Amino acid sequence: MLVDRRHLLAGTGAAALTAPFGRFAIAQGAPIKVGLLLPYSGTYAALGEAITRAAELYVKQAGGTLGGRAISFTRLDDESEPTKATDLTNKLVYGEKVDVLIGTVHSGVAMAMAKIAAEAGVPTLIPNAGADVITRAGCAPNVFRTSFGNGQVSYATGKAMIAAGIKEAVTLTWQYAAGEEDVAGFKEAFLEGGGKVLKEIYLPFPDVEFQSALAEIASLKPQAVFSFFAGGGAAKFIKDFAGAKLNEKIALWGPGFLTDGVEKAVGAAGNGVKTVLHYADDLDNPQNKAFRAAFEAAYKTSADVYAVQGWDTMAVLDIGLKAVKGDVSKRADLNAAMAKAAFDSPRGPFKLSASRNPVQNFYLRELKDGANRLVGVAVKDLADSTKGCRALT
Amino acid sequence: MELALIQIFNGVQYGLLIFLAASGLTLVFGILGVINLAHGSFYMLGAYLALTLTSLTGDIFLATLLGAPIAVAFGAAIEFLFVRHLYKRDHLQQVLLTFALILIFNETQRILWGSYPHSVPAPSYLSGSISLTGALSYPVYRLALTGICLALAMAMMFVITRTKIGALIRAGESNREMVELLGFDSRWLYRLVFASGTALAAAAGMLAAPVESVYPGVGERVLIISFVVVVIGGIGSIRGAFLGALAIGIADALGKVFLPGFASMMIYALMAAVLAIRPGGLFGRAA
Repeated sequence: MLVDRRHLLAGTGAAALTAPFGRFAIAQGAPIKVGLLLPYSGTYAALGEAITRAAELYVKQAGGTLGGRAISFTRLDDESEPTKATDLTNKLVYGEKVDVLIGTVHSGVAMAMAKIAAEAGVPTLIPNAGADVITRAGCAPNVFRTSFGNGQVSYATGKAMIAAGIKEAVTLTWQYAAGEEDVAGFKEAFLEGGGKVLKEIYLPFPDVEFQSALAEIASLKPQAVFSFFAGGGAAKFIKDFAGAKLNEKIALWGPGFLTDGVEKAVGAAGNGVKTVLHYADDLDNPQNKAFRAAFEAAYKTSADVYAVQGWDTMAVLDIGLKAVKGDVSKRADLNAAMAKAAFDSPRGPFKLSASRNPVQNFYLRELKDGANRLVGVAVKDLADSTKGCRALT
Repeated sequence: MELALIQIFNGVQYGLLIFLAASGLTLVFGILGVINLAHGSFYMLGAYLALTLTSLTGDIFLATLLGAPIAVAFGAAIEFLFVRHLYKRDHLQQVLLTFALILIFNETQRILWGSYPHSVPAPSYLSGSISLTGALSYPVYRLALTGICLALAMAMMFVITRTKIGALIRAGESNREMVELLGFDSRWLYRLVFASGTALAAAAGMLAAPVESVYPGVGERVLIISFVVVVIGGIGSIRGAFLGALAIGIADALGKVFLPGFASMMIYALMAAVLAIRPGGLFGRAA
């Protein structure tokens, strides 16, 4: 047997440390260490904060313990900076030795994080980042996503557009990973339903000069535009679309990110914009009402879809921890229990697919006077494709 | 054909907006010799000033009139505190300091206004749209903005070519020592130029606020494109910046429709072509 000195020392050291304390620690209910790798500064800071707040609220409502053990959160700001993702993930996994890893918002950061997590085997939950690959070709038994896949949301959007009788559409998005995944998901559903994509327009990321694209759309005269933008770019696009009066003849559709967070900024210019998402603020179910009321009471601000995702992340973890009675060293059992998680979320019924991505309802919403109003269920119990996920399917 | 005409019109309009932002940069770069990376932050300052002042006064033009002196004072203060120490230093130190300013301004912005996008209303008397072709309408405010940008460009060229202060600025650009020998205190001239540059960027941010949305980092793309304009037009030349901005606006608008795969490179290809033929830019001195 080939054992070098450093490994031997580290091994014996670890054994010496864990042997006497391991059982003792669990008996005493030492807290489970949950690492939060989330953006706490920069453009996505508000999202990171919403997720963290909901996660903390969940633990508080559960009486401070999950699976019989206290939870201690270790926060680390990932700055939505993919180049720092590897170092920061290593810091949490190998430096802080967290028992469970939760992160993150930015897809680029999440892809680097998920890779390390898959190798290290630490149970990992992704509360937002939608990069398709994470639960497709890059899937792993210990990596769970509680939000959505980019292609899943846009697939549902394409379905809803077909259902609304739209036959011809133009797509418009930024030329980058999320934009392209969105268009791919949309096209899959839209072409399946007999629709025709007249043109795919891409703008360089993050260009917000839309007049050229609008002139082109005006000349193509489609029934609808499928567009994916977010944040400031989305607000400007919706306003420019209305400013060119295209909204009077052409329906504007998109995944929910087009309108979430910019409802107030676009005001009346956004009236009639239809989006599809796995959540709507005014969903009429008891879990949603209770969650929104509790969140509002605790933080004096309204919950959003990101808070719901943070909440559900803890709900999945809760189910896993209950099954192993708080013993996080039983990783295989913990992962198996989380994979079977099924519960009623504020977003509606929630369960996980074979590749550990949510199987969930998608809702059609319409923007009206600065608020997204629920229109109805666009697609029920939609599972994302598990294409390329050889580890689990 | 109709599409091409509309795109050229779009390009002219976009170019005029870029000109307003880039004119301040070319003055600061050409006359003070300072590479000011924080120029985009001044544009952002303008956008957020427009947001706050419009909500107070109810009118974007009133807000711009109030915001301009604030921007001038802000620019003068930044010049006095930081930038004046850079005149005799090399470009690397200028880049370092002005980059640090970007980080500070971005964080200050987040603390003061938060990270969610906001919107500034166009004044009610300019809020409609008029039909341009069968399918496409144009917001009236955008058309008005084009007129305002043109008027400002004319005014700027008048000041530079026909007034005493303009003569001083031009003289300062070509030979600073000579201006000082003739008895002018160039420190004040420099402060004035930097403050005007700041105010021009902020004015662009303010006037564009109703057609933009106001969000963190709104000035970053403006910074890059402004540098391209300055390089194409020739460093320090207002006339060059004007033509350069129009050329970029038109190239960008046409490129997006007729060469979509090439669109993001279009303006840089234009810059490379100009530099290959005239290394000093359209109106620059030969390097």
